[in-house]
Amino acid sequence: MSTTSVKPIRPWAPSVTDRAMTALSVFLAALTSVVIVATTPMKGKIAYFFLFFIAWFVIDSIFIVRKMGAKGIRDGLAAKVTLFGAVIVSMAVFSILWATISRGVKGLNLAFVTENMRNASMFDPIGKGGILHAILGTLMLIAIAIIISVPMGILTALYLTEIKGRAAGLIQFLVQAMSGVPSVVAGLFIYAAIILNTPLRSSAFLGGLALTILMVPTVTRTAQEVLNLVPRDLREAGLAMGATQWKTVALVVVPAARSGLITATILGVARIAGETAPLLFTVGVFDSYNFNPFKGDQGTIPTVVWRGLLGGTPESVQRAWSAILVLLVVVLTMFVLARSLGSRQPKK
Amino acid sequence: MSVAAPTKVTPPARVITTKPRVSDQIFRAIVTAFSFSALVILSLIALFLLLKGFNTFKEQGFGFITNFEWSVTQDAAGKDVTHFGLQAMLIGTVVISFVALVIAVPLSVLTALFLTFYAPERVKKILVTIVDLMAAFPSILYGLWGFFVLMPMAVYWAKLLYKWLGWIYIFDVPDPVFSRSPFIAGIVLSVMIIPIITSVSREVFSQTPLDRVQAAYALGATKWGMIRAVVLPFGAGGVVGGSMLGLGRAFGETVAVFSVLNIVFRTNFHILFTQGGNVASMIIQKWGEAGKSEISALMAAGLVLFGLTLIVNFLANAVVNRTVKSGR
Repeated sequence: MSTTSVKPIRPWAPSVTDRAMTALSVFLAALTSVVIVATTPMKGKIAYFFLFFIAWFVIDSIFIVRKMGAKGIRDGLAAKVTLFGAVIVSMAVFSILWATISRGVKGLNLAFVTENMRNASMFDPIGKGGILHAILGTLMLIAIAIIISVPMGILTALYLTEIKGRAAGLIQFLVQAMSGVPSVVAGLFIYAAIILNTPLRSSAFLGGLALTILMVPTVTRTAQEVLNLVPRDLREAGLAMGATQWKTVALVVVPAARSGLITATILGVARIAGETAPLLFTVGVFDSYNFNPFKGDQGTIPTVVWRGLLGGTPESVQRAWSAILVLLVVVLTMFVLARSLGSRQPKK
Repeated sequence: MSVAAPTKVTPPARVITTKPRVSDQIFRAIVTAFSFSALVILSLIALFLLLKGFNTFKEQGFGFITNFEWSVTQDAAGKDVTHFGLQAMLIGTVVISFVALVIAVPLSVLTALFLTFYAPERVKKILVTIVDLMAAFPSILYGLWGFFVLMPMAVYWAKLLYKWLGWIYIFDVPDPVFSRSPFIAGIVLSVMIIPIITSVSREVFSQTPLDRVQAAYALGATKWGMIRAVVLPFGAGGVVGGSMLGLGRAFGETVAVFSVLNIVFRTNFHILFTQGGNVASMIIQKWGEAGKSEISALMAAGLVLFGLTLIVNFLANAVVNRTVKSGR
């Protein structure tokens, strides 16, 4: 007895001929764009880019017409134009990343992340002073914002998904409206409400309050989304076992959505970590360590970048790029963390 | 001896009620109380900005919106004479946000379509990460990038636009100075709002009912035919909603705009010219040297900005809700 193995066929997969045609048309298009740029007054990267896409469309259309007839032309055009859009968007991102890394690395050294700026100014040569105080300050602000806004956001989300009270429509609307509050307004508000009315002066705590206003909507909306993804069956099973609603939520719904809730928190942090405008009103700037969250100005990474940018000299701009690189590394680390936590399954 | 017959015990009838237990009542009370935090915060913002900005509204009246002079001078008696008018900044805000939308909406919709319908699985994963990454970039990074990397390129693009389209009013310039223009601020803003519009659009596109998609294919539609007949009508509401969310973000953007825009109190529709404004970045610009009356004016400006973004968000939600309902 011999077993015959049947090879699965995949008629939708592009055949060798199709792949060859695609490669050929891309090659011809690239060639055309180079030739046109070389022979006509149109110059520069933009010319290459646009000519390539136009030439690719024209050449590929010929292949498409042979295969699918005239109605394929629009289809092929749509496929290329969408790719075109995606490529432009990615180019912007890579441009930003590349600029940050290539320019930021130049100013990085051990002192930059282990010292403060007490004995150095933004205009001193690179290598003198660092931004450890600002890193600690930003972490302190983030911690304060998390402590206040995560319970607030998750409880609001629970109201919208579990209790669904009479005000749910209104709350939903207000949370959406709140996510549009400009960051500068959040800073102005804390200044108007607290600094102008009470003896409290700018401190990390007030900055944390301002950032909370920006973070709550992000946490709420993401948490609401993940809580909505928890199957109804789980809730019904919990209630059918005789649990109260409170127990169902605490022991079934929230654990089921745990990874999503962590993601919500981290997205909220990513939203606020680099906010600059509110800090200018509420936290001020400081060049050394300040471990008291309730008193005194605090150094933060965004304000270091801000001063570096406004300083305008090569040294201060270099410090700005290096500081933003540090901030970006922090934000991206959290981002990766959110992803890996988000994909992990809750324990049985 | 006889054992007493066991008496029959009937347990009392179980009370069946829909009244929640005490623990549930406490739970509901706490959650409900917290859910009103959004309402409380929003009202407090409006209240305090109104309180602190009240003097300005009283002194300037409606002129606060319609005048375009911003100055504190002293008259012969040494008394402050203040002129606070937001008109130029309001128009500037709309102009750069409009530029941002014109650039961002098509790119975002194309990216969302590519992600949902064209991209191979591996490319899709990478691209989704890229777009999410964009949303996580701090706004000051966009400011730095816009000033040092984008500006030199964008000035060149602006010159090209001026050369070929200069006969159109908005692409005309009174002087050939192209740096720090609303055009460049608009490009920076567009990059900032692309992730918002893309992710909202992508979400809506991916929720297109599968039966309609397959029906279109079964009728012989090409992919593009299917997208035009099914996906775009279904997703239009999401695209509009996402765009308005992006608009709200663009209205309120401060630091990035401040970095790349030359803020001048003059109404300017020539988007390529180095002159523009934005309420949010104006607040930052004037904050440093502001006296008491000017702080009040800046609070009032903050209130106007706050109201503006609330209205945009309200409209966004209204549009989305209506289109989603009509799509069903």
